[in-house]
Amino acid sequence: MTGPDAVFPRADALAKAVGAERYSADVTPPGCLWAGVRRAGVAHALITGLDVAAARATPGVVAVLTRRDVPGTNRQGIVHKDQPVLCGERVRHRGDPVALVLAESREALALALSRIDAAFSPLPGVFEPAAALDRDAPYVHPEHPDGNLLAYGLVEKGDAPTALADCAVTVSGEYHTPMQDHVFLELPNGTARLTPAGVLDMVVSTQAPFRDRFEIAHALGLNPWTIRVRAPYLGGGFGGKDGATVQCLLALAALNAGGRWVKMVWDREETFLAGYKRHAAVMRVTLGADADGTLRALTGSLLFDAGPYAHLSGEIMALALEHAGGPYRIPHTRLEGSCAYTNNPVGGAFRGFGVLQSSFAIERLMDALATRLGRDPAGLRLQNALGRGEPNAIGVTPEPGAGAAECLTAVLAHPAWTERAAWKRQAPPFTRRGVGVTCMQNAMGYGRGLPDAAAAKLELTKQGTFRIYNSVPDMGQGNASAFVTMAAQALHQSPEAFALIQPDTRHCLPAGSSSASRTTFTFGNALLGACRAMEAKLRARAALALLCDDPARLILSPGLVTDPATGAAVPLARLGALLPRDDRLCVDQFVMAVVENPPDTGRQFKLGFPHRFYSHGACLCAVEVDELTGRVRLGRCVVSVACGRVLSLEGVTQQVQGAAAQGIGLALFEDPALENGCMGAGDLSRYLIPTALDLPDIDCLIVADDEPTGPLGLRGMGEVGIHGPGPAIAQALFDAAGLHVTRLPVTPEDLLSALGGPE
Amino acid sequence: MSATIRLQLTLNGVATSLDVRPGRRAIDVLRDDLGLTAAKESCGSGECGACSILVNGEVRLSCLMLAAQLDGKDVVTAEGLGTAAAPHPVQAAFAAHGAVQCGYCTPGMTVAAVDLLARQPDPDREQVRRALSGNLCRCTGYGKIVDAVLAAAKTMAEEKS
Ligand code: FES
Ligand code: FES
Repeated sequence: MTGPDAVFPRADALAKAVGAERYSADVTPPGCLWAGVRRAGVAHALITGLDVAAARATPGVVAVLTRRDVPGTNRQGIVHKDQPVLCGERVRHRGDPVALVLAESREALALALSRIDAAFSPLPGVFEPAAALDRDAPYVHPEHPDGNLLAYGLVEKGDAPTALADCAVTVSGEYHTPMQDHVFLELPNGTARLTPAGVLDMVVSTQAPFRDRFEIAHALGLNPWTIRVRAPYLGGGFGGKDGATVQCLLALAALNAGGRWVKMVWDREETFLAGYKRHAAVMRVTLGADADGTLRALTGSLLFDAGPYAHLSGEIMALALEHAGGPYRIPHTRLEGSCAYTNNPVGGAFRGFGVLQSSFAIERLMDALATRLGRDPAGLRLQNALGRGEPNAIGVTPEPGAGAAECLTAVLAHPAWTERAAWKRQAPPFTRRGVGVTCMQNAMGYGRGLPDAAAAKLELTKQGTFRIYNSVPDMGQGNASAFVTMAAQALHQSPEAFALIQPDTRHCLPAGSSSASRTTFTFGNALLGACRAMEAKLRARAALALLCDDPARLILSPGLVTDPATGAAVPLARLGALLPRDDRLCVDQFVMAVVENPPDTGRQFKLGFPHRFYSHGACLCAVEVDELTGRVRLGRCVVSVACGRVLSLEGVTQQVQGAAAQGIGLALFEDPALENGCMGAGDLSRYLIPTALDLPDIDCLIVADDEPTGPLGLRGMGEVGIHGPGPAIAQALFDAAGLHVTRLPVTPEDLLSALGGPE
Repeated sequence: MSATIRLQLTLNGVATSLDVRPGRRAIDVLRDDLGLTAAKESCGSGECGACSILVNGEVRLSCLMLAAQLDGKDVVTAEGLGTAAAPHPVQAAFAAHGAVQCGYCTPGMTVAAVDLLARQPDPDREQVRRALSGNLCRCTGYGKIVDAVLAAAKTMAEEKS
């Protein structure tokens, strides 16, 4: 490692490595109660009976609660409130909760849950989003005015149907991407109690502590200001802890626990059953071009399987539409998107937020076009890569920065590409090798319609050190540590001079969720503002002590403020001891800029559309196919990324490698085996995420870039790296075996049939 | 409540006696009763390795063990390997080589790595990958974890010589 990394290792790494860091799941107050829920286990049904007498009579059981015990609206949801805390009349997927138990021990809880007798009268279910939109499909929410159509949107630029009719070549395809489980290692969990003062005090593994208060308050009829949520470091989140998991159930339990602490932890199978998932999507798209490969028009439709509750499905589908043209120059576009309610698991946020789905479709179309034209897929992409100052597929001109062409060029210079012919020739007997390269892009921030805002608080302690009140949870991406690096640089102090307070709605200031590749950008800018205020304050206060009439000439150095004119210095410890608490605090805020003149399209999208800032990348995957078994081994993976200036090379590499690993998992391993609303792969013995044996070392290439409005020149990049592997592996499998991949994950059966099947 | 049984074990180097109800899992006693929370539960069924501990020097999954099975044993959790002030070379290498992101898999990974290096002090990348293949990580893609284990092997070899 060079430069900054040598000076600033991740501040959280050692405490985590020695097992000293306390995650939410590690909080078990002595004598706490345990809470858990009984899940429906049927995909769509009316509840005809719920006998909880035996559960209530179980020794060690403190309370058994049902829908009747829920105060408030009983409805949760980030934007659209359609998900019950406890179901009373109807269940809409197998993971719906029908009763909540509080018990003295885990064992008593498990026994009581098994004694709840729930009777259901099954209703016909809908499990295919296309079928869900049929006029005579059974409705998931009979009261919903548009039937099973949860959300619809249209984005348009130019006149795509006419342009398409004029194209020398057109290619079409129907592409499928699967539902995906986050498999964060820390299971959804939290601990809560009602204090004697009437405060609901909660410690939760959550990406959005500030919003959680409002969601809980709405669902349970509480005053949000009486709810305190703390979010220690998360053991992974990836979007799956954005929105209520345990929150409302746990709060309800705490309201009925007589002031005792209550702990709720979902187990792994329950998390597969009830947790949010990446939306499965079906995309029917057509791309038209001139004979020389110049792209002319893109049309099509995207259909997302929302499951039974809205979560952020409409917003996710909107982002998919916004990215549906890829990082390419396409003058005419017309794309429709729909989200359908079904009785499958609940669709929700997941790293890549809709972009993964539409990226797969456009990259596959680019490959189909290259094949049709007899072109090299990389060359066709370079020819059409969106340049600086050019409008994207929905007519927005993103902020200038390094783009897909620079990223692709970086990957094409890597030996895994330049020496690919030799590598393929060296394939062992009965194996075939192939290489693919594709482009990626991912917008940053919430987008128009809601402020992407953060407020930061910074304190000079009495001892002359600093305290950063972090407001955005660190689910592993390293933002908390990045904040220390930024503040240390801004104030010319050593990182050891900074302590981090993790998000706590009582002490920290609101800053939105840990999501949308926004965390480090938005809070970082707010924090740098607070650092500037702190620097000005320290100079002004030191000037008094140093009898200096020109504070601007004073210099901050580790632990000191010095007057270069006299050589006199005052230690920060002395300033800290002198100043009253109010004078030791600095606060600032930041709101991310939005697209100024949005195109008149996507009118259905009120929130989160369109976006102004994009990070880019390119991905190479080299695969080896076993001709006898059809098994695919990923031999090499190279990812380039352009994300502004790099504050921590280690941090960027970590995000790129981790995102790529999840993209590889989705492409080759993670088959949910969904049938009639039931995940056949409902535990880790059947839902396979990549192990250390399944992945190659992933090379990360940084493309020179700058984002002048970013904190220290950086741009968010936590998501972009997930988009490359799916389409790059698909292209590589065509190269290796002539397989036309239209559906992920790719299975050995797909390859065996492409290779002509076993002899 | 049911009667308890008394266990005698060495826990992170300290002779310890515990009264537990039979049937309770080792991981629950370690985490809930003793506050030793380095070992994590992520699956409860032997799939993820997050709950790894050393029992008589060998890596074991504490979610699949009854507390009673620890009786008479020498038990080491990640807390017993080292502390932030005095980390084990494997722990220090994980922190120094970017092998820690969310960190939830990390204590289990380090326990598995210590077990590997005790048996095979000079492994190659493939051997490290094989030894850690029972420990899932969703954040890192494993590359930096392998780097860290190889770096720790080097440090430990130098310390010995
Ligand atoms: S919790 Fe023990 S192996 Fe997963
Ligand atoms: S670092 Fe998060 S699971 Fe490994």
